[in-house]
Amino acid sequence: MGQVDLGRQAALLLLADGRLPAGGYAHSGGLEPAVIAGRVRNMADLEAFLTGRAQTAGLVAAAFAAAACARASRDDLAALPELEAEFDARIPSPELRKVSRDLGRQLQRAMGSIHPHRYFSALGRAPHQPLVMGVAASVLGLGPQDAALAILHDNNAGAAAAAKLMRVDPFEVHAILARATGPLDDLARRAAETADADPADLPAPSAPLADIAAEHHRRADARLFAS
Amino acid sequence: MRDSLLPDPSPRGLARAIGAMFAHASVSSELAANGHSSQIGNLRSDGPLVLRKSNPKGPEPLTHRDPGVARVMLAAGTAGPLGGDGYRFDVHVGAGSTMVLTEASALLLLPGISGARSRFAINITVEAGATLVWWAEPIIAAQHCNHHHEVRISLAPSARMILREEMILGRHGETPGDFTSRLRITRDGAPLYDQQLEFGPKAAGFDGAAVLGAARATGSVIAVDPAWQDAPPQAQPYHPQAVLTPLAGPGVAIAAVAPDSLELRNLLTQGLQYLGPPWAI
Repeated sequence: MGQVDLGRQAALLLLADGRLPAGGYAHSGGLEPAVIAGRVRNMADLEAFLTGRAQTAGLVAAAFAAAACARASRDDLAALPELEAEFDARIPSPELRKVSRDLGRQLQRAMGSIHPHRYFSALGRAPHQPLVMGVAASVLGLGPQDAALAILHDNNAGAAAAAKLMRVDPFEVHAILARATGPLDDLARRAAETADADPADLPAPSAPLADIAAEHHRRADARLFAS
Repeated sequence: MRDSLLPDPSPRGLARAIGAMFAHASVSSELAANGHSSQIGNLRSDGPLVLRKSNPKGPEPLTHRDPGVARVMLAAGTAGPLGGDGYRFDVHVGAGSTMVLTEASALLLLPGISGARSRFAINITVEAGATLVWWAEPIIAAQHCNHHHEVRISLAPSARMILREEMILGRHGETPGDFTSRLRITRDGAPLYDQQLEFGPKAAGFDGAAVLGAARATGSVIAVDPAWQDAPPQAQPYHPQAVLTPLAGPGVAIAAVAPDSLELRNLLTQGLQYLGPPWAI
């Protein structure tokens, strides 16, 4: 379960592509707030930021994407509201809950238009992004691990925003992303392992500085990215 | 028989660590016969977990100097927990009663000789119309410790609660051992707050700018009040390293990271002031 079906790899690439018109380009995944707060100043800071974020918010999103995918794949959409409530409980910051729902709504709209399916309208008005990703993966014939990997990649790719926020060599930024590929695969596997677990037992690692910075960012006068 | 209730120190069925200690303490409060003051029902200390009825020790949110509440203090009967130890603590706040639970000292997590993990599981139930104030002291993760801390709180829809948790990353001048924690609060069975924290040598990226950065202390105050159902407090990023956030239900989380325990305590107390009376101290 969760292995990439060789016939569906193109679908996974489509879902994880930063050019998918789902609004991801407007977000830096918390990087801009961290740069503004002076906590990310160089490449080492950037790599530690991305690692910590993938292990916390990344893993939570991946676990919920995998869980939503597993449920959609067995036509169990009635289980999604419980996942929504559990996901809400894992995000103390109202700003980050809003960002997740904004991105979810945009992904829902994009996928509903690109690849119409009744599941997308059944998701409600502003579903959380990982749940939409899980359902989208399922609709495209992908499995829980693919859904997890797609959202981990999507979140991590926001690091490319570093080129707009800091004085950096874009090749160095992508060298960091290349080093992160192994850990992202590991996280996707972990997320897939809990895809069928009781939602109450899904991972819930916190990222206190990301929560704090997100609330400051919302009130910032000048910003390039929405989050 | 009693051991089956305790957190299993060896999930893979390995032998217990040498000298490992297991303890199971519990406390409950109930409404007194007069219908307005609260009293302690059951009070069971066990080994390192020493429970004592107490008097006000310092300022408390919600119930400051209120003589009608049931006050209990948790004190340490031994050092630790050390690696391999398993503690369990059950708290039951009976319908309509108010319990103020304080602690006499910080909890120092120390390594055991075999490197085994220590565990502390705390289960709390707050019944209808009841109030819990849990004003805990810091948890200090000493170098080479290996600890899992788990707090599960089940609230009735009309229950109120405030708690403080503070984690210190190592004693003075040392790096922390491996620490994981989970705090899960449900209200009427539905999830309200669920957060894990992980730091130490095994936690990749915990010292990065998304999680704790260079901070040596982190903590939060969680408050739940059914009166916030319709009008929750507004988000308040009141300090570069601290924020007050309304949860998705009638609750608030105040989170802070700080260079040391004193600054952490100051930041959390400062956040409390934004909640106004009776929550502020």
